[in-house]
Amino acid sequence: MSELITHSAAKLAELLAASEVSSTEVTQAHLDRIAAVDGDVNAFLHVNTDEALAVAADVDKARAAGEELHALAGVPIAIKDLIVTVGQPTTAGSKMLEGWMSPYDATVIKKIRAARMPMLGKTNLDEFAMGSSTEHSAFGPTRNPWDLERIPGGSGGGSAAAVSAFEAPLALGTDTGGSIRQPAAVTGSVGVKPTYGGVSRYGAIAMASSLDQIGPVTRTVLDAALLHEVIGGHDPADSTSLTDPVGALVEAARSGDVRGMRIGVIKELQGEGYSAGVQARFDEALELLRGAGADVVEVSCPNFKYALGAYYLVMPSEASSNLAKYDGVRYGHRVLPEDGSLTIERVMGATRAAGFGDEVKRRIILGTYALSAGYYDAYYGSAQKVRTLVQRDFAAAFETADVLISPTAPTTAFKLGEKLDDPMAMYLNDVATIPANLAGVPGISVPGGLADGLPVGIQFLAPAREDARLYRAGAGLENLLEATWGGPLLAQAPALGGVK
Amino acid sequence: MAATQDLVAFDEAMEKYDPVLGFEVHVELNTKTKMFSAAPNAFGDVPNTNVSPVDLGLPGVLPVVNKSAVEYSIMIGLALNCKIAESCFFARKNYFYPDTPKNFQTSQYEDPICYDGYLDIELEDGEVFRVEIERAHMEEDAGKLTHMGGATGRIQGAEYSLVDYNRAGVPLVEIVTKPIVGAGSRAPELARAYVAAVREIVKNLGVSDARMERGNVRCDANVSLMPKGATQFGTRSETKNVNSLRAVERAVYFEIQRHAAMLESGQKVVQETRHWHEDTRSTTSGRPKSDADDYRYFPEPDLVPVVTTKAWIEELRARLPEPPAERRKRLKADWGYADAEFRDVVNAGVMDSIEETIAAGASAAVARKWWMGEISRRAKEAEVEPSELGVSPQTVVELDRLVQAGKINDKLARQVLDGVLAGEGSPEEVVEKRGLAVVSDDSALLEAIDAALAAQPEVAEKIRGGKVQAAGAIVGGVMKATRGQADAGRVRELIFERLGVQG
Repeated sequence: MSELITHSAAKLAELLAASEVSSTEVTQAHLDRIAAVDGDVNAFLHVNTDEALAVAADVDKARAAGEELHALAGVPIAIKDLIVTVGQPTTAGSKMLEGWMSPYDATVIKKIRAARMPMLGKTNLDEFAMGSSTEHSAFGPTRNPWDLERIPGGSGGGSAAAVSAFEAPLALGTDTGGSIRQPAAVTGSVGVKPTYGGVSRYGAIAMASSLDQIGPVTRTVLDAALLHEVIGGHDPADSTSLTDPVGALVEAARSGDVRGMRIGVIKELQGEGYSAGVQARFDEALELLRGAGADVVEVSCPNFKYALGAYYLVMPSEASSNLAKYDGVRYGHRVLPEDGSLTIERVMGATRAAGFGDEVKRRIILGTYALSAGYYDAYYGSAQKVRTLVQRDFAAAFETADVLISPTAPTTAFKLGEKLDDPMAMYLNDVATIPANLAGVPGISVPGGLADGLPVGIQFLAPAREDARLYRAGAGLENLLEATWGGPLLAQAPALGGVK
Repeated sequence: MAATQDLVAFDEAMEKYDPVLGFEVHVELNTKTKMFSAAPNAFGDVPNTNVSPVDLGLPGVLPVVNKSAVEYSIMIGLALNCKIAESCFFARKNYFYPDTPKNFQTSQYEDPICYDGYLDIELEDGEVFRVEIERAHMEEDAGKLTHMGGATGRIQGAEYSLVDYNRAGVPLVEIVTKPIVGAGSRAPELARAYVAAVREIVKNLGVSDARMERGNVRCDANVSLMPKGATQFGTRSETKNVNSLRAVERAVYFEIQRHAAMLESGQKVVQETRHWHEDTRSTTSGRPKSDADDYRYFPEPDLVPVVTTKAWIEELRARLPEPPAERRKRLKADWGYADAEFRDVVNAGVMDSIEETIAAGASAAVARKWWMGEISRRAKEAEVEPSELGVSPQTVVELDRLVQAGKINDKLARQVLDGVLAGEGSPEEVVEKRGLAVVSDDSALLEAIDAALAAQPEVAEKIRGGKVQAAGAIVGGVMKATRGQADAGRVRELIFERLGVQG
């Protein structure tokens, strides 16, 4: 195994800038790693070998010619297959879009191209990002590099597995209820959900428009900040995108200074429902932060107990409408009914019956019901009110704390198939991550150690537009923990396919 | 399909029932780009060329509101005396249909941008009827389906359908009236006048091409009947896409007769959409429609609210042209036309031309004479609008000047107009080139007069005897001799001079 793949993106950027290594070497090393281990992990739905190497060669040529390059130029990246890309298929993990090629690039992809980062390929996900285990992908589950019998989280299990299996130094994810942070937690990687509107959603296939957000998936907090600065910022093509500048995220990540920082422990996001191992790592993290001079206080967010319920009304409602366009008329999968006449209704019906998986159908039906006349006020209307209450809880909590802290997920990675027939148990995985999406505030998950040999994630949450605080707190905890571990957590991950 | 339907004669229906009307008029805005995308908003291009990923509803796309469309919508609201919302949302109207690429239409539901307005409609005899406007909201148009392989061009019996998304996403404003009660037997006339007024307003504002035959203005007409004196509305039918003013009038007329027949025979009127057929001048059943149609509306999460400020609204108000009705009132008074004269001018579509001609220096009477006379006649022959014939206000002014100066007479002026239309230059140049100037040399005229008098001595005698009206025969002779190039008035004067009588 090439040592190159173990480097952080920041380190690779340094080596590239000093011409100690070429982008072609770095990119090839990751492609080799994918070839070696992805048969087991199944993080990638598509590997973009030719284009990645072409971009890498271009960067190398440009560097040799003395051109000024972006700091991450030549550092490869993997893309969650919910984000549309010209030249690579985009499936959203669904049969519905199998083989579909987007004629346009998402705004974040344009930015990745502008920074000249080779794209290694598209990563696996739960179908249309609906799930917490990546088992709902139409193209088979992704496996957790820490234990191939376990799930890598979801929906962005592919991106998290790719970075934690050293198949990519960086990846993009999307987070609607925790799809970046929960996979990061259970794979020992770092995941950030930016402030709603902080990164353009243009070209991210919508699940729930008011909750979706694209963000970085990495192995270090600094890498996440570097990537966040590439993809963030206003986009006129996304009406919900903020006009604020991205902010000094890298600077915050480099500082990591938590002295005097008021860190609020959310009373409602611990204890019952959280495994003993998760709770133990969480308590240790609090101790370390206290020891480093942070002011750890307790805050109460009483309405968070309604968040999961509200989320499972808002999300399916929006999804039921967002997914209506997949009908086989204009693009994607088309299925003709086996008998009877070929009316438009019957073709649409047959296409949607065959093209969508069970979890997607479940949510479409839920959402359609919740938006129906006569039920709208009781369901969608009430859920929106809960949203307001959750926002108020955050506002009150941020009066006494600069950032909030909780475990990212209540348990470590569970076994493949374990919760597949119990949607409610699956949904509970996101109980700690969902409030941030409902309120639009940013969150980060950083590795918090192991419980029974499996990674635990610690989540920080910050007020909207204060993403920089996440990077300072996250890097602070990362530094403290790595000092106790004697290096990155992922150094303790088991070898894959005998190649590590 | 169109089985003969039982009807009750209109007058008979009106003896027993009061009609209640309601209109939804869709106005396509003529913005450069679409409601939510940067694709061109243009009519008649090659199918599926004026589309962007947004218009096709491709995965991952997001809408962005067209600011011009919002401004046009506000201007329509102001012209309809509406209140303008300080803040309003778009909403998704969810339904599956292949002309709607996202399978939902982005529209407005709970809070339209314009609400609570009215429009005073003047009927032909001058009676003014106030139509209350409930709302005017913004939305996007759907694509256009063409059903192929069937005999009728309708979806029934078609083998397949083609869809053109060029129209998908074109900005629309839907103007919805409150129920219109009390029009009585004038309901069909009012229907036509209302739609005509809306069309005129949006055209005058410059926010729509307002061509009904292209679907720029589309009307859905709701009709119900209730027994005279009742206050409880009857069940309504909604006749869709009635696409000419005449059709609006006829459709309302027809539906009143159809409803009356159903009520008279003890049947229930079905709440449904109806299709208007111009060929048979009747409607046929569309699909059942109930108030419980469930479109699962919810606020469009991909868009932020449209927020209007007082300053912005006032800036737009300042841009509004004079309302057509007020303008007509002012022009009629300024020009001193009689009611009938002015109505003819409006109906002939020459009001603007007359206004411009007067501005260029002609009198109101002269401008009307030309535009209602020779120009309208030629336009009719050429099957174009008078304003499209190619006669400039300046031409009319110049023609009149030549007549006033005695250089040409009315008959010659018509030939000069032909010359101008034939591209021979300005009236002056045509006179020159065609040698059409009247003979104003008295000696030449006297020669002709003497010859005419000599040729008709008995007429000369009558004139001498005081029968001045007999002079016409001599004038005619002179005109004939000069091939019409004489000023008839001057000829008359010279005849009397010659014969020593008082004209």
